[in-house]
Amino acid sequence: MSSITASPSQKRKSPALDERVGKKSALSILLGRPEIGALVGAIALFVFFAVVAPVFLAPASLATVLYGASTIGIMAVGVSLLMIGGEFDLSTGVAVISSALSASMISWYFGLNVWVGIALALVVSLLIGFINGIILIKTKLPSFIVTLASFLMLTGLNLGLTRAIGGSVSSPSIADIEGFQSAKAVFASSVNIAGIDVKITVFIWIAMVIIASWILLRTKIGNWIFAVGGDEKAARAVGVPVVRTKIGLFMAVGFCGWVLGMHNLFAFDSVQSGEGIGNEFLYIIAAVIGGCLLTGGYGSAIGGAIGAFIFGMANKGIVYAEWNPDWFKFFLGLMLLLATVVNIVVKKRAESSK
Amino acid sequence: MKTRKNKKTEDLLEKLEPKISDNLLTLKGVGKHYGSIIALRGVDMVVDPGKVTCVLGDNGAGKSTLIKIIAGLHQHDEGEFSLHGSAIKLKSPRVALDAGIAAVYQDLAVVPLMPIWRNFFLGSELTTGVGLFKKLDVQKMKDITKQELSDMGIDLRDVEQPIGQLSGGERQCVAIARAVYFGAKVLILDEPTAALGVKQSGVVLRYILQARDRGLGVIFITHNPHHAYPVGDSFLLLKRGRSIGYYSKSEITVEELTAQMAGGAELAELAHELEQLGGHDEELAEAEAGANSQATA
Repeated sequence: MSSITASPSQKRKSPALDERVGKKSALSILLGRPEIGALVGAIALFVFFAVVAPVFLAPASLATVLYGASTIGIMAVGVSLLMIGGEFDLSTGVAVISSALSASMISWYFGLNVWVGIALALVVSLLIGFINGIILIKTKLPSFIVTLASFLMLTGLNLGLTRAIGGSVSSPSIADIEGFQSAKAVFASSVNIAGIDVKITVFIWIAMVIIASWILLRTKIGNWIFAVGGDEKAARAVGVPVVRTKIGLFMAVGFCGWVLGMHNLFAFDSVQSGEGIGNEFLYIIAAVIGGCLLTGGYGSAIGGAIGAFIFGMANKGIVYAEWNPDWFKFFLGLMLLLATVVNIVVKKRAESSK
Repeated sequence: MKTRKNKKTEDLLEKLEPKISDNLLTLKGVGKHYGSIIALRGVDMVVDPGKVTCVLGDNGAGKSTLIKIIAGLHQHDEGEFSLHGSAIKLKSPRVALDAGIAAVYQDLAVVPLMPIWRNFFLGSELTTGVGLFKKLDVQKMKDITKQELSDMGIDLRDVEQPIGQLSGGERQCVAIARAVYFGAKVLILDEPTAALGVKQSGVVLRYILQARDRGLGVIFITHNPHHAYPVGDSFLLLKRGRSIGYYSKSEITVEELTAQMAGGAELAELAHELEQLGGHDEELAEAEAGANSQATA
């Protein structure tokens, strides 16, 4: 340690250019990024829809595409981080609804200010994440099994509790309860930009992507996320708090679910208790298309965002092109396959010695 | 034979006894069992600063269990493990690291997809700023990584490349340099030369001596006496979870070490068996030749 601080002359030498390091072109740096495949795909898809459906380029259409992307993208932020950390979560789709139901049922049943319900829903969401994480750690089961179980249990709880408390499959309206308008302004309003209404979720999404990227690339926790996903044993051996990192990741996913759940609730004033099933795959698909390796240790938050944007473009673009939306899932599957193949190539490139 | 060996161990321990507080790390009768399976029993060992203690043994001799205890991955069930003269039970690798015990594992403890500098500082990252704006000091970490590695004589092209792109020897050296930089007092090396070629092994052995010269107590685990003897100051031999001898360098030659390790009788038996196999081959050839000549006749 002392050799470093005590040798400024040597230190000055170290950043000197090494003749064996060829000047890296901007292109080769770009090609080394995890999200590059997704970026190329996104640009191709954008150009494609711009050509077949010129209305796609209208600002209002773009705002709609971005909104569609944001409702996937907000969750994809947490899911991407979790996937980089080597796990995935099948309970996210219904956990979003659990959070929305918690907020509305608590406010309605106890007649509390909506914001109290929102705060308690956050606790519920974080708790779901924590329980997923702690079961995973304690049982050492794969996250597929653990979160499949919590997916099923939450699905049942959503339906059962909603009917038992409210007597219906949807939660009762909370539009008249105090605090509803201010909560709607925070979670489900629109911002007018140059005459175009852009949904607030777009900005929340962008903010979350920026924060997640910061955490991932510039903080200790980010380093630990890559490490627990890349090689858990190695991470533990050098003193990375593996258990805390993994549970924290599941809780971060819970937080994202809370944000989206609140949007779902306040976009209307009630929630259908049977919703959300199947959405967990969309979030995972967005992360995978965005370059996150299913096996962990590699990926980016930006990638997940690009994956969500691709999803939004394909989803709305098909409508603008006036095609039968039946084909949407087929394209989604195809993109997933292509993205995964690109990911494998990228990983091989990164691992092999030149 | 056996009693003599044990006596020797005792003598060695006695010799070391008076300056026990100078010993970095002492094991006395340490044992470990997994359920009903006894993985390790009655191991005595001393590690001193600036000395290399070699742990030798065949596969399944208990080497891995021993280092896992010292590195804090497992806890011993019996005996005494003391650090600087005071008894200790290490609960986790983090605790061991904080106590100055760093391990470099056979499977390397590096994350292949992460850049070299991130691996170098993994678990002990440098940060600047406070509170929410606390961030990694990326440039400083990159510079220190490059500097530390070149101090150890490892000249790397680019610390930004994934560590998976390095050769096995280079990765070992990064791991050793990391342990040295983070102020390890005891460095445990688990079979660092096992997967390496002759030249690469030589490189790693040189780093072991470098680490020793920096005043670290090195524990070098290997099953190759020819790697252990040139660098080691004392040798602990393990077999089937038991200590079968503990020697200082002056007490043993490399041939004796090899014989001890393999078990002299077993080695002789093996030589005999191989000889027989050879003879059998010749007999076969003769028989075949005879059969051929008969067929032609």
